[in-house]
Amino acid sequence: MKARVHVMLKSGVLDPQGEAVRHALGSLGFEGVQGVRQGKVIEIDLAETDAAKAEAVVTEMCEKLLANTVIESYSVELG
Amino acid sequence: MHAAVIVFPGSNCDRDLAVAFERAGARVSMVWHKDTSMPEGVDIIGVPGGFSYGDYLRCGAIAANSPICRAVVAHADRGGYVLGVCNGFQILTETGILPGALLRNAGLKYVCKPVDLHVTTDQSAFIQGYTAGSTITVPIAHHDGNYFADEATLDRLQAEDRVAFTYARNPNGSARDIAGILSKNRRVLGMMPHPERMAEPLHGGSDGAAMFAGLVQQLADA
Repeated sequence: MKARVHVMLKSGVLDPQGEAVRHALGSLGFEGVQGVRQGKVIEIDLAETDAAKAEAVVTEMCEKLLANTVIESYSVELG
Repeated sequence: MHAAVIVFPGSNCDRDLAVAFERAGARVSMVWHKDTSMPEGVDIIGVPGGFSYGDYLRCGAIAANSPICRAVVAHADRGGYVLGVCNGFQILTETGILPGALLRNAGLKYVCKPVDLHVTTDQSAFIQGYTAGSTITVPIAHHDGNYFADEATLDRLQAEDRVAFTYARNPNGSARDIAGILSKNRRVLGMMPHPERMAEPLHGGSDGAAMFAGLVQQLADA
């Protein structure tokens, strides 16, 4: 089973990289870009075939390593 | 006084940190990241600057989960002293020993220059060589030194007098100009600036040396 984890900075946390991308889009002539947030996607190949168990273990991975929950939020997608 | 300096793959300030401790009179053991325990009788652990594990995932995240870091956490939990500089500070926040996190610099650039720091407390063995209210000059060299914590945590750090150093001119966007913070028991210090790189006249200044001299004196007396 494959899992895809999305990690994003929490909404109250300044994202200077997202801001830099927003400025660059503006200078390329893309108008109306009101905000850009940059995150990361982590794909995990699991031996587990039970979706509930896979979700539980990937959630634990996020809490322990993949995300720093002081500054980041995460979501898990299976399939 | 016996200091241990951790060496991760990608550490690049480990020897500087060891020399700073040695010059202050400490005996130093270098400890490899795959080790699982500290040498007998270690008084303080130095977690050095650098790019541990290539800064993969997040700065300090992989190091914080390395075998030796379990021993660092155990040492801190027992009330042992820990100094984390730069990447070492990032690692200490990733382990949860210190609160908050270090974000990308607000200006997005890697900043490498001497900066002025206000010494904002004198209630710690780390600060015995300084006077609260004084200003010292030490270098910073980081891309991710923008200290972040939620408002409640920042309020608590200030109320408990746990901000050790603030920037005179904020170089990276750090919340409340914070450059270094102490643990609740005041025995763990994490800071982005490098006192070990300003520890003798040939470095261009020696304001950092007082931290190591003060520590050695305090811990030798203990």
